[in-house]
Amino acid sequence: MTHLKPINRRTFLGTTAAAFGATAFGGVAQPAMAAGDLTVGFIYVGPKDDFGYNQSHAEGAAAVKAMAGVTVLEEENVPESQDVQNTMESMINFDGATLLFPTSFGYFNPHILELAPKHEGVRFEHCGGLWSEGNPGNAGSYFGYIGMGQYLNGVAAGHATKSKKIGFVAAKPIPQVLNNINSFLLGARSVDPTITCQVIFTGEWSLAVKEAEATNALADQGCDVITCHVDGPKVVCETAVARGAYVCGYHADQSPLAGDMYLTGAEWNWASVYTDMVTKTMAGTPINNFVRGGLADGFIKMSPLGPAVSDAARAQFEATRADIVAGNFAAIKGPLKDNKGNVIAAEGEAFVETDVALESMDYLVEGVLGSTS
Amino acid sequence: MSSLEHSPVQTRPTGARFLAGLMPRAEAVAIPVGALLAGFAAFSVFLLFVGKSPVEFFALVWKAGFSSAFSWQNTLSRVAPLVLAALCVALPARLGLVVIGGEGAIVLGGLAAAVTGTAAAGLPAGAGMMAMVLAGMALGGLCIGAVGALRIKRGVNETISSLLMAYIAIALLNHFVEGPFRDPASLNKPSTAPLAEALRVGDMPFIAAHWGVLAGVAACLISWILIERTTLGFAARIAGDNVRAAQVQGLPVSRLVIGFSALGGAFAGLAGYFEVAAVHGSANASLIAGYGYTGILVAFLARHNPLAILPVAILLGGFEASSGLIQRRMDLPDATILVFEGMVFVIILLSEMLYGRLRAFTPGFWETR
Repeated sequence: MTHLKPINRRTFLGTTAAAFGATAFGGVAQPAMAAGDLTVGFIYVGPKDDFGYNQSHAEGAAAVKAMAGVTVLEEENVPESQDVQNTMESMINFDGATLLFPTSFGYFNPHILELAPKHEGVRFEHCGGLWSEGNPGNAGSYFGYIGMGQYLNGVAAGHATKSKKIGFVAAKPIPQVLNNINSFLLGARSVDPTITCQVIFTGEWSLAVKEAEATNALADQGCDVITCHVDGPKVVCETAVARGAYVCGYHADQSPLAGDMYLTGAEWNWASVYTDMVTKTMAGTPINNFVRGGLADGFIKMSPLGPAVSDAARAQFEATRADIVAGNFAAIKGPLKDNKGNVIAAEGEAFVETDVALESMDYLVEGVLGSTS
Repeated sequence: MSSLEHSPVQTRPTGARFLAGLMPRAEAVAIPVGALLAGFAAFSVFLLFVGKSPVEFFALVWKAGFSSAFSWQNTLSRVAPLVLAALCVALPARLGLVVIGGEGAIVLGGLAAAVTGTAAAGLPAGAGMMAMVLAGMALGGLCIGAVGALRIKRGVNETISSLLMAYIAIALLNHFVEGPFRDPASLNKPSTAPLAEALRVGDMPFIAAHWGVLAGVAACLISWILIERTTLGFAARIAGDNVRAAQVQGLPVSRLVIGFSALGGAFAGLAGYFEVAAVHGSANASLIAGYGYTGILVAFLARHNPLAILPVAILLGGFEASSGLIQRRMDLPDATILVFEGMVFVIILLSEMLYGRLRAFTPGFWETR
């Protein structure tokens, strides 16, 4: 926010006169633009300083802003309704944007699918991994294997927990969230197989009151390490710390909120993804319509380990990270049952992080206390 | 003849009488417009305090909302749900009810329409569409009709109950979309099954805005005729002005309250139908977009007059259409437009007390001249 400035007659006259001038000569001030420059638009579903999903994308946008010859447009709190179509068209028509990053899951269908054919010269890059064969060629989709980050969170949590109970505040029981919950527990169980993870679903991506209630309920039940998958982890972090529980972050770096209680966090690394895509666009190199990546590809990263992480934990964390970066790592591997007793993976069976079967996950593994419905 | 020509008393009072007849009507336009301008002025002061130029702000609102074909398309695409949501406030308001839960009727109307659309896949497209419209309007009407009934039968405050109804409606939407009516293919964004292409509603010719805009215009006209030109509307206005008097006259106050509330809810349900059939193609959490709340503002600015709702909705649609450009060009947060709308809203409410107090608008002021 802009600071309050005292106004006097001079600043009043100055600002209004300047604006009058701008309006008189060629309409509203246009952003200065040289030939060959690229205008990139970023659209967020929530506030860009939410310490979570939207902030992670805004950090990526900030990295693009620092590139030469690029103009960055940003708009926050854009609902997944007609509004986002209007915003995209406004960026295209008023500001000449030719590369758009509408970052919320619900922006793709129907909104991007509707606009992309109308604006052939514009590239629509959507976060969420929904693009499939037959969708418009000037649209694309990207996503990261962040479940591996939650697995590493689990390793840190497994060492830190004394009660052997860890907690997870989750938004909705959809595959991406379930994969994170399962990965978090399996990471912890790689340290101690007796650890259990209590999960509470809030039912909404962003609902601060329920997130606080859920975190308190987890603490009441003795969970001493808590992580989450909601749009903005701020409330969960602060509540957990107030209750004396360790925190593993998600989406963005929450160490400023959790201080010494912060173990580590699974973060998106959109800065690397976005600068790469912008560089390619400026060079005229095509971007694949369907892009995925993990730790090794720079799509996700881990927050620096906090002071509460022991040397033993650090050693196992680093070793596991090296395994994941080496590739073909599987969190879901046999013998493994879900928490209702059904076999998920038989002895010797493994689902590596890139396996598409994981994208329709509908179970919680054994050791997770909670239900998907 | 000559005596008439020489009589100054004959000509001057004609003009005065004309003014005396005109001014009370002009009051209904002059006060809201004056309040709107005062709101602009107050917001300009606010902008100066944060070091931004009001002129640039209003120029951007003009550019993004009204200056070109694209701006108009951007504005009009927001008008349909706003108009219908505003009627959900304005109709019960004529009976003295302050209903603020139109959002719930939109959400439930959208859900009902989407579910009916899936079930009606075998029917001819026309019949399927009609069934969707009716289902959406019925559920929306039920939602707000129930609020009216609670008020009249049980004395429950309708403002609170309609707001709570919106929470219930949203919870129901989430439950049904994530449970019984979930399309198994919608993995990470639970939704109902996508509508068949034949059941979708397209854009109107020449205007890149869907048919919901026309439906909104029609709904405003119907509401206006109902209120101003029918005995039913006359009875409703009496009940709204003085419930006791209406009861003494033997008017069916409870049926009027429930009926007008239900009709308002039905229009909001229709907005939900258009959101599903023209915009989203299925029902999911994206239906919760806040149109029901902006509709309250529209209805109050229009002083619950259905014919005024349309221009006000266009004005607010334009304000909202400019939100993005203002964020991007002036580096102001997205809440700026909300602050702006809020200031205008408060000043419009304050201006209510001016009615009948400004002497220039009273017939006597001109007749005594």
